[in-house]
Amino acid sequence: MSVEAQELDLLANDNRGKHQLEAGFDLLGWDEVTQGSVLASFEGDASDISLKKSEERAYSNFNSYTATVASWRVIKPVYNRDICIDCQNCWVWCPDTSIISRDKQMLGIDYDHCKGCGVCVEVCPTNPKSLLMFGEHTDLGESLADWPEKKKKEKK
Amino acid sequence: MAITSIKNLKEFSTNNDRFEGAHTLCPGCAHSMIVRELMNCTDDNLVISANTGCLEVSTAVYPYTSWDTSWIHIGFENAATAVTASQVMHQVRKRKGTLKDNDAPVKFVAFGGDGSTFDIGFQWLSGAMERGHDFTYICLDNENYANTGGQRSSATPIGATTSTAQAGTHSYGKKEKKKDIVSIMAAHGAPYVAQLAPNKWKSMAKGFQKALETEGPCFINTVSACCTEWRFDPKDTIHITDLATDTLMFPVYEILDGHELNILYRPKNVMPVEEYLSAQGRYKHLFKPENKHVIELIQSDIDKYWNMLQRREEARV
Repeated sequence: MSVEAQELDLLANDNRGKHQLEAGFDLLGWDEVTQGSVLASFEGDASDISLKKSEERAYSNFNSYTATVASWRVIKPVYNRDICIDCQNCWVWCPDTSIISRDKQMLGIDYDHCKGCGVCVEVCPTNPKSLLMFGEHTDLGESLADWPEKKKKEKK
Repeated sequence: MAITSIKNLKEFSTNNDRFEGAHTLCPGCAHSMIVRELMNCTDDNLVISANTGCLEVSTAVYPYTSWDTSWIHIGFENAATAVTASQVMHQVRKRKGTLKDNDAPVKFVAFGGDGSTFDIGFQWLSGAMERGHDFTYICLDNENYANTGGQRSSATPIGATTSTAQAGTHSYGKKEKKKDIVSIMAAHGAPYVAQLAPNKWKSMAKGFQKALETEGPCFINTVSACCTEWRFDPKDTIHITDLATDTLMFPVYEILDGHELNILYRPKNVMPVEEYLSAQGRYKHLFKPENKHVIELIQSDIDKYWNMLQRREEARV
């Protein structure tokens, strides 16, 4: 980490993405950053990071994991555990690392990083889909109540 | 090398992601699908460099970085140069025994967009391939300079409208054909060259693992559907990529040691190219009666190329 970067006294992020706005600290301006700066993604040693799950990692405040893009979203995917078959299609094709999967099970959606693109809904193979897009302000109970019934195959 | 299991998606999904969210790529961008897949293919430490392009400007927006590995950004053309230099430095320090962990395996990967691979960084990439360093170069091919507003690059296919090759009353968009980068790289004699697509996640993961395992310079061209400049709905990224591989606009194949060609995906029903073209806004003008000959030209080019691939695979030369 460069000297300038070390001098940045970033406060701990209790509130993801808000720590910069509320802490009121001074970020270095673009013209003050020296060439060859390094942003460390983790606090301390990170050599075995590929073996750690994200909840076990010591993210630094420079890691975008601590930021949020939730404000980009106008519609959000809602997850219905009852229909899901844990195929992990949504996990492999999510562009924003927002599908939380642990031990071969889909657990849910990381709404801090989801941008609401809808790819996960398109690749969901179940009938009816176990992921559907709803308006950003619809609450979970309401969306689950609105879930469509199983579609019958159209006879040819 | 610590390879992760790609037997099925469930096992693949037990990997710990090393590419973090809250990067600023467009919603539905295929770049991050490809990057995530590469980083989930291995447990080894990675040294990654990126050319200027969408991936670079969106994943390292000060004060944030989305990379959980060592990541270098320098000039528009230098990803191959930077990563090969790091590789040589690693080699020398390993020999001298000055590394913190001398036995830890490290893989070197460079990412470039099509602009920096086909045009701006071409000379540097060619040099790195010729010097024979042990690295993998991955081109995220979205067929235009999407980062700066969709200008034409030499990867833009014939007939597509871009901001600098606009379709209108006198033109049907870009008039030149796409550069065949895979053959050019295979002609360098590289041990592993491939064209892969993110919708075929397994062949893609296999290809990535093969490239990382192979000693020597490897090149992979990946189809990266760009919802902003190809003009389709972000949710359709995988659908468009499906169409691209099923119409054989992007055949999925690999070339070993510069000559041994294997086709990795053979569509059961080859679709007419109109299906792919009509799904995107950038080809809308081709469906006017006066531009019909362009579609016919694209289709005949595809057929010729697919025929060539099949015959090369059969001949094993």
